[in-house]
Amino acid sequence: MDSIYKSLTAIVGDGHVSNRPEELYIYSFDLGTAEPHRPDYIVSPETTEQVQEIVRLANRENIPIVPLGGGLSLAGLAVPLKGGILLDLKRMDQIIEVNEKARYAVIECGVSQGQLTSYLERHHPHLTHSEPGAPPAATIAGNVMIHGQGDLAQPYGFTSDMILGLEVILPAGELLHLGSCAVGTGWFTLHPLPDVGIFLGWYGTTGIITKLSIKLFPAKKIRGVGTFVVEDENLIPEIIFKITHTQMAEDIIAFSSAIPPFTRELHHINVNIAADSEKELEFREEIIWDDTLGEYIRSGDGGYLGFVRGLQRPQISKTSDYKKGGGFEYVGGIMPVETYPQCYREGRDISERHSIPYTVTGRVIGAAHSMMFAWTYAFNRADPETIRQAREALHETDDLVMKLGGVIWKPGTYGQKLVLERLEPDTRELMKKIKALIDPNGIMNPGNWEIP
Amino acid sequence: MHELKFDQDLCLRCGTQACLTKCQYIEFDGETAKKEILKIATGRDSFVLHKCVTCYACEEYCPFGNHPFYLIAERQEALGISPVPRPLVQRAVNLGIPFRGEPDIKEINGPVLNMGAFSDHMHLIQGKLFEGLPVISTDERKMFHYFCQLMYLHYGKDSVIKKRLPGIIETIAKHKPTEVICFHDECYGAYTSYCDAYGIEVPFKPIHFFEYLYNRLIELKNMIQPVKLKVAYQRPCSSRLSPDKHLFVGRIFNLIGAENVKREFVDENALCCAGAIQGQRQEGSRKRAVIQQQRNVEDMKKAGAQVCVFNCPACLQTIGDLVARNGIKPIHMTDLCRLAIGEIPAGWR
Amino acid sequence: MALKDFAYGDTIHRCFRCGYCKFPVNWMDVNNCPPYARFRMETYSCGGRLWLTRAWLNEQLEWSEHLAEILYSCTTCKNCEIKCPLRFNVDIVNMIVAARSEMVERGRLPKNIKTFLENIELYGNPYGSGRTQRNIWAEDEGIDKYSSHEYLLYVGCAGSYDIRAQKATKALAGILKKTGVSFGILGDEENCDGNEVQKMGETGLFEALARGNIYLFKKFGIQKIIVLSPHAFNTFKNHYPEFGGNFSIFHYTHILYNLIADGMITFTDTFKRKVTYHDPCFLGRWNNEYEIPRNIIKAIPGIEFIEMEKHREGALCCGGGAGNFSIDLLGGGKESPARRRIREAYEAGADVLATACPKCLIMLDNAVKEEGFENRLVVRDISEIVLDACK
Repeated sequence: MDSIYKSLTAIVGDGHVSNRPEELYIYSFDLGTAEPHRPDYIVSPETTEQVQEIVRLANRENIPIVPLGGGLSLAGLAVPLKGGILLDLKRMDQIIEVNEKARYAVIECGVSQGQLTSYLERHHPHLTHSEPGAPPAATIAGNVMIHGQGDLAQPYGFTSDMILGLEVILPAGELLHLGSCAVGTGWFTLHPLPDVGIFLGWYGTTGIITKLSIKLFPAKKIRGVGTFVVEDENLIPEIIFKITHTQMAEDIIAFSSAIPPFTRELHHINVNIAADSEKELEFREEIIWDDTLGEYIRSGDGGYLGFVRGLQRPQISKTSDYKKGGGFEYVGGIMPVETYPQCYREGRDISERHSIPYTVTGRVIGAAHSMMFAWTYAFNRADPETIRQAREALHETDDLVMKLGGVIWKPGTYGQKLVLERLEPDTRELMKKIKALIDPNGIMNPGNWEIP
Repeated sequence: MHELKFDQDLCLRCGTQACLTKCQYIEFDGETAKKEILKIATGRDSFVLHKCVTCYACEEYCPFGNHPFYLIAERQEALGISPVPRPLVQRAVNLGIPFRGEPDIKEINGPVLNMGAFSDHMHLIQGKLFEGLPVISTDERKMFHYFCQLMYLHYGKDSVIKKRLPGIIETIAKHKPTEVICFHDECYGAYTSYCDAYGIEVPFKPIHFFEYLYNRLIELKNMIQPVKLKVAYQRPCSSRLSPDKHLFVGRIFNLIGAENVKREFVDENALCCAGAIQGQRQEGSRKRAVIQQQRNVEDMKKAGAQVCVFNCPACLQTIGDLVARNGIKPIHMTDLCRLAIGEIPAGWR
Repeated sequence: MALKDFAYGDTIHRCFRCGYCKFPVNWMDVNNCPPYARFRMETYSCGGRLWLTRAWLNEQLEWSEHLAEILYSCTTCKNCEIKCPLRFNVDIVNMIVAARSEMVERGRLPKNIKTFLENIELYGNPYGSGRTQRNIWAEDEGIDKYSSHEYLLYVGCAGSYDIRAQKATKALAGILKKTGVSFGILGDEENCDGNEVQKMGETGLFEALARGNIYLFKKFGIQKIIVLSPHAFNTFKNHYPEFGGNFSIFHYTHILYNLIADGMITFTDTFKRKVTYHDPCFLGRWNNEYEIPRNIIKAIPGIEFIEMEKHREGALCCGGGAGNFSIDLLGGGKESPARRRIREAYEAGADVLATACPKCLIMLDNAVKEEGFENRLVVRDISEIVLDACK
């Protein structure tokens, strides 16, 4: 039997390693349009120590190692481009601590969004975390690794800005702590030590997050979604600016799509509002709909569609079945909010050129500091032509993001190239040095963020 | 094109102006009312066209069946006075576009229950009350092929109704029904009152849902155990198009031993659920809807209702939650009738 | 057969592998798909199985024993169908069953699965025990052979042959006798009901079993059948009508519930225990019966009823369905579904774990021993609890 397989088995035990065709087949795929690449081994560790040993082994043997959480990035970020060890981290799924008073949770890297949502609902109903629009099987560590955003992005920003502590395994197997936990205290703050944050957004090319502390926020008793509708996309940036000024919303998402017809060429703005009492709710609604958006209603340019109590958490996405084809992928751009009209119009054109019904969505991050604008392309997994169309549309959209002055969010290999081409030489050089210093053998998720 | 049967002379001769003087949302004296209705009749602008909350009630108030509300809706469109903002109008117009394939047509050659655009409410037509009754429009993906379109009266978009309704009638007729029991009484209103007012031919006999329920309960009389509940009834806008069938509410309650509580907002004086009001253009509409809903539910509470009985699923969706938060159980009429014959509807406690 | 001829060839690619299917109703973990909980590899998730099936039928992947084991480790518990938000969700289990049929058709089955099916064909039970052994449990019980009784008591293979399940059978028969219910058994003429055979994709054998049983029931003039096992309940109720077998089928909990309601069973003893209830998949998710078993337990004086976090539609399967109580692809190790379930019951604070299925009973009872929980938790069938409480 091959010695690496044997060593891996010695580390994680029987049954948690495989090099059989079935596992290699399944783990070679991303769920989006990325081409599959077969790993050589699948390993599913249960502890930080096991991850350390696996990484040491990989470094010693010079084998690529690719960390995998929920595997739901859709951008092919955990496809083993150069083979090697695929590290399925989902068995590391302990919620280690929830600190009620300081509002944070320390979790292992395999904890899924759905698991934390459910745990907080059952045990700490007045606390919540910023839950992304991904399926509940997406992991929190995966989401921070790619600078994700959730349904509290409007008041509190990117999920990766909610980190209060990290445990990371470096490519040579060192165990690193970042934040207050590094000096042996609680995991309650990332600052004020000197900043060595070189892991977020790197897709595991500089280290593997094994544990993290994440901010929790007040969960109000009533949470729901109110909707405002406009026809003119040019109104969206100013409306978003006005709503964010009120500081009364939890989440603001504008969207438009060709299907179903009632969203076609219209822009729905979903505004999540939370309150602890009817009085507070009505106060917030009055400020947002009547005082702030009343002028659009009276002029006939904007309409209030109503407020629906209750949030779908975890969020259910049925996008993949639009074409009865089991697939979709999107380009996310972190965009200035003012580009919404062009994002919508040019995105619709790209979709039409590739015979895909258009779907666009913009989620506000911070006080309108930016938005994550997503262009979604559904495809039929059984029809290679539709996959090709979608892939082309995605690449054109990557180009569009850069053209409109945005930054591609969680780019795949094509998008990474576009970003790196535009990156200032000194910044590129520093990234290159950091990578060379930490991962001299280049074993960590190779093929991603590679600077020649 | 189909023209409204409206006779201006009836308004000239009318001594009551009930259409406007009975309006619960705008205050009128008799003289103003007469002046304004004649303005509307002659195609001139009237403040009524701007302030109307589109509750349909004047259709019932008019002693001559002269269709004042259909007239208002027509004039709103003609003069470009949209009661709701443009995006909501466009959204509503798009909502009724079928986009997931053609309906499956099966010939019935007998009575049939039409779910209209409420195919996602199949849970409300379960049990003995509906045994043996064929149903059409059961697939929510295709329900807009059966959508009676009358909703556009709330949007000043009468033209959409006129354009689409004949096709809808044709689709239903392809099933070769003899009688069509309309799950939603807005459909019943469309195929009776509206089609009559506009001379649109209907090749089947529409049956009001409550009339069907009542007759079916009579057949099952032996099974009925009095429900012994104090009930308030939420009368929907669409019921104003078939006031002659409203009496079945009381008959059903009597038959199943439900006590219809004495309240202010009842029958002719019913308050609408305000679902159509909250998004209207005139200033303060959202707040007006909130206050109206509170008044309505307060009235139910004061009258001692344990249960609020709904006819229209849209009303149930709009104020069901508020009703429940006030300690009154929201329930659809069918589920109440099921309780009476010993069936337990899903979710009943 | 190529993918295009597969019954679900136009659907199977629609799975996106979003992973909803791994969760229970309350989303508390990703361990509610029994094979995924056991192995924690994507191949063993519901989506993994569907993608592998497609790859196999598309000839992107060759048949292997491992592939067959991955497919056969699905217990057909239906958790995936409850959780999947997409429209094809109603066919997920059917897709797996159809893939197994294809393996049966091609004669590509691992040995233990082949043996399981052969035993049923030859001996009428998966254990390979003789037909005459089927009746041994009843020897000293004084139970009539069926002849114009009101009910047939259909015991099934597990209830007849398995020593642990026999106790439940005896308890049930005891209660029925005591309360004067008119019933008889078929004894060594009884044959396997075929639920597992059908779920394992052996459609030919299933049809033969169904037709044989229907013939037998009709020959005896049987109209009403009480079953011990929810598996038999499922197949008699939902599949036999296809072959002209229209009988009134009652799961035994239904009968016990009516006996309690009619005052025929009175509880003389109080049963001071903390009891939780494990929903058998073929009673719960397959046949939507969640309340009657609970109502029976709650009717017994002294019992404090506790709900596990995963219950009703969200219950974790014991890991025994689709033949796995015997072919045992999910056993071995602390992550087996049955051992996970035992821990969940214990964590809920129960000292008795009740169930209403002989297969669940066997699986969970074994798991208590493997987990070393003998002093913490006992597994009892509802029939046993009721008998104890009315002695």
